[in-house]
Amino acid sequence: MLRMLIRRLALGAITVFLVSLIIFAGVEILPGDACTAFLEREAQGQLLENCRQELGLNRPATERYLEWAAGAVTGDLGVSANGQKQITELVGYRLRNTLLLASCAMLAGIPLALFLGVVAALWRDRMVDLTISTIAIGAMTIPEFVSATLLILIFSVWLGWIPGIVLTSANAPISEFFPEIFLPMMVLTFVMTAHILRTVRSSVIEAMASDYAQMATLKGVPYWRIVFRHVLPNALLPAINVVALTIAWLLGGVVVIETVFNYPGLGRMMIDSISDRDLPVTQAIALIIASVYVGVNLAADLLTMIANPRLRTLHMRKG
Amino acid sequence: MKDMVTKEPLIQVRDLSVGFTGRAGHTLPVLRNIDLAVRRGESLGLVGESGSGKSTLALAMMGYLKRGLRVIGGGTHFAGLDMFTLSRKELEGIRGGRLALIPQNSGQSLTPTLKIGAQLSEALRLHSKLPEAEHSARVVQLLEQVRLPDPSAIAGRYPHELSGGQQQRAAIAMALAGEPEALLLDEPTTGLDVTTQAHILELLRDLAAETGMAMVYVSHDLGAIARVCDRVVVMYAGEAVLEGPVREVLRNPAHPYARGLLASIPKLTDARLPMALEGRPPPPGKAGDGCAFVDRCAIATDVCRTSRPALATVPSGARVRCHHADRADSLPTRSPADADPRVIAEDAILSLGDLSISYARPGFLDQILGRKPATTPTVDGITIELEKGETLGLVGESGSGKSTILKAVAGLLPPAGGRIELAGDGVLPPLVDTRRPDQLRRVQLIFQNPDESLNPRQTIAEILAQPLKLYFGLSGEALRQRIEDLLESVRLGAHYMDRLPSQLSGGEKQRVAVARAFAAEPDLVLCDEVTSALDVSVQAAVLDLLDQLRRSRNTAYVFVSHDLAVVRALSDRVAVLYQGRLCEIGPAAAVYAAPSHPYTEVLLGAVLEPDPDTVPTLSAADIVELSPPARGCPFQRRCPRKIGPQCDTETPPWQDDGHGHAIRCHIPREAL
Repeated sequence: MLRMLIRRLALGAITVFLVSLIIFAGVEILPGDACTAFLEREAQGQLLENCRQELGLNRPATERYLEWAAGAVTGDLGVSANGQKQITELVGYRLRNTLLLASCAMLAGIPLALFLGVVAALWRDRMVDLTISTIAIGAMTIPEFVSATLLILIFSVWLGWIPGIVLTSANAPISEFFPEIFLPMMVLTFVMTAHILRTVRSSVIEAMASDYAQMATLKGVPYWRIVFRHVLPNALLPAINVVALTIAWLLGGVVVIETVFNYPGLGRMMIDSISDRDLPVTQAIALIIASVYVGVNLAADLLTMIANPRLRTLHMRKG
Repeated sequence: MKDMVTKEPLIQVRDLSVGFTGRAGHTLPVLRNIDLAVRRGESLGLVGESGSGKSTLALAMMGYLKRGLRVIGGGTHFAGLDMFTLSRKELEGIRGGRLALIPQNSGQSLTPTLKIGAQLSEALRLHSKLPEAEHSARVVQLLEQVRLPDPSAIAGRYPHELSGGQQQRAAIAMALAGEPEALLLDEPTTGLDVTTQAHILELLRDLAAETGMAMVYVSHDLGAIARVCDRVVVMYAGEAVLEGPVREVLRNPAHPYARGLLASIPKLTDARLPMALEGRPPPPGKAGDGCAFVDRCAIATDVCRTSRPALATVPSGARVRCHHADRADSLPTRSPADADPRVIAEDAILSLGDLSISYARPGFLDQILGRKPATTPTVDGITIELEKGETLGLVGESGSGKSTILKAVAGLLPPAGGRIELAGDGVLPPLVDTRRPDQLRRVQLIFQNPDESLNPRQTIAEILAQPLKLYFGLSGEALRQRIEDLLESVRLGAHYMDRLPSQLSGGEKQRVAVARAFAAEPDLVLCDEVTSALDVSVQAAVLDLLDQLRRSRNTAYVFVSHDLAVVRALSDRVAVLYQGRLCEIGPAAAVYAAPSHPYTEVLLGAVLEPDPDTVPTLSAADIVELSPPARGCPFQRRCPRKIGPQCDTETPPWQDDGHGHAIRCHIPREAL
């Protein structure tokens, strides 16, 4: 089990390393650099040269990568091109805000998805299932910005219950984000629930048709006991990985939602940094998102391993 | 104990028909007018091939139908209760309690996330009056009753931590928890090794005698039925076609299908090929107005096409669904004549020299330092010569390394040591990607399961075209012609060319797999359990096909099977493997007769013949060993005839009789 854990951690680290290489190379290949962005029209001649000298941009790329990577490992993501601020400071609140939005969506979405998925599976092909499944497919096919716009139209414009955009500043205390956070949260919950629900539904249906569920029936086990004791512990295992993928998706999907709602999170900061050609910030955010992606998937694999006796005993008793 | 056989039936099935609604809205029956009764203390066998409805019938006795099925007519009673009118609550009280099921595949029928002990105490909670506190003691007692070693440890394990035989025993213990009056057994030993199967059947016989339970034993295996049952019902296409005492049904069955089925079973004492039963049963709803068996019946007349025979009692006391039961005697129940002997040249085609294979991968550090892994190899010391046109049978229980050897010869696994030599090509490179195309062409492999070895998206023509293009560069009309010839040679017509594997039956798919192997015009064909997934009647047809092909092309076979009777029917020579090491090798007749290696003796003793008067001998404990011992005889831990410490420390010598029959044992040949 411990060996397995170390192996997975090492693999995760290698993935993040490769991603950092790709990000750095990508930024390197793009025409222009932080200095041309910062100086704009004055970016020529001695001024440009001085700036590059100052930021160390005229050193070889490998050297700069190593410096950046070493900094990133110790938590120093460098300095932003606009305003020359510590990126770690800039990113801190933004990351918090994005995590706040994502966790609100998860807290609402995951229990809802599990519940609806199980209900749809147990009443398969009945009215409940058809309704749930149809709405889920709708939720998955409508792009987030469309559903976001619709929600703004209904709740802000027509009903006037919640403000349509978030005006709270990035470093405000958490409590000030309510109730503005509800609309972006609803959009994310909507899509996320649909994805998880569909996996849960099919895996519960499969488990209900399994030999062990049939055996439990023929052993005289009451229906609800079969569901809760024999079927769900097995059927929900595959859900763990889908939840992880969905969380990872949340962090990416949040870019669009944050832009639509003017939410001061990591995603909007990324968009802003790209349009400002603030390459150090873009690099840093891409790296953070990649690390979270890897981390969440790792956590899901470990959780599956702990929850599944097959995997657990395999690694404990034989490995 | 209860009275042995009383008059009032415990289970009574009356005129039961079960079916489903087909695409066109018609009702398609899978069970038609079943009438039978099981008395207390009695053991009834339900025999038939896949699709005959035997499992559906057994589950219907519990008032259970698979999704989509429904009762069309009649019903089934248990102890006077109409099972299909009971409420869910009432059914829950009976199922697993007074009427318990032992499922076919316990590995999948035990809930993977619950420990064995928890699953047993659940049964106790539901069906016994025992106070909660005594459950764990009773669980251990139940596990002991089914002769599981170390029952309290087993109770704390998850199902996947048990071997197949142990899982089956645990399932039996779970069924016994409710102290049932009747047990339904749905193929309880299918998929288990012969020795494990024999042990489980003895256990069931003892339990039935001890408790006076009634049993309904569903199986396609007439050998198992012969050992356990008093009475047998033969099922065909959803009908009971023959019912009678086990002796009557197995010795001189009065129904043509039952006779064909009996003739298609290879027998340990018979070196001849079994007789194939050509054709296949009609799909549900396609049986027509006449007898369901009419298209495959040798004595059918016009009346058989127009009217469905009723179940009628014949003089012997059996009940038969046949218009011509009086003429069934004329049909043989075993192969009529010996086949012509084949000539095998003394000219080696394949020679394996001290072959060893190891599944243990060297660790990272070992690779850097160039060390070999310390574990003993999975397969070791295999030296075998195979002549042109000869068939070598490889037998042994699961885990004996039979398939591993085939994979190494085919180049799918790298050997850890030794050589694989093909006449004319010298020593073969270890893996497929380092072998030349003509070397690959000469050795072909046929897999156990054609569902997995045939690409489901390719038509039969595309599947067969691949080797023809690859090895012979055929194209256009020549290619087409060759594919047609191949299909003809495996007795499938040219009209199969455009079909997909999913449109074929199991037997037809395996014929395509055989055709694909022979497309390469190989010198050596490796057959890995090629008939294990097939029904007996289909198996007989595939064996016959393999025999025809080797006769016409002088191809050598290495034939791997866990079924000793099948190996006997096809092989010239047989090698017995235990834990990846050879125990005995020689001409088939010599291996199947005394003197034998103790392991061969154990294997042969456990084989069940379709004859109620043969009794299996169980001489070795039913244990699963995970790895071979490091020194001495591989069979040392289970051997019933172990003579002393030399078995543990010294590799036993080969003892040859001078005619190619060699046994590897410390006991002198004369004493074996």
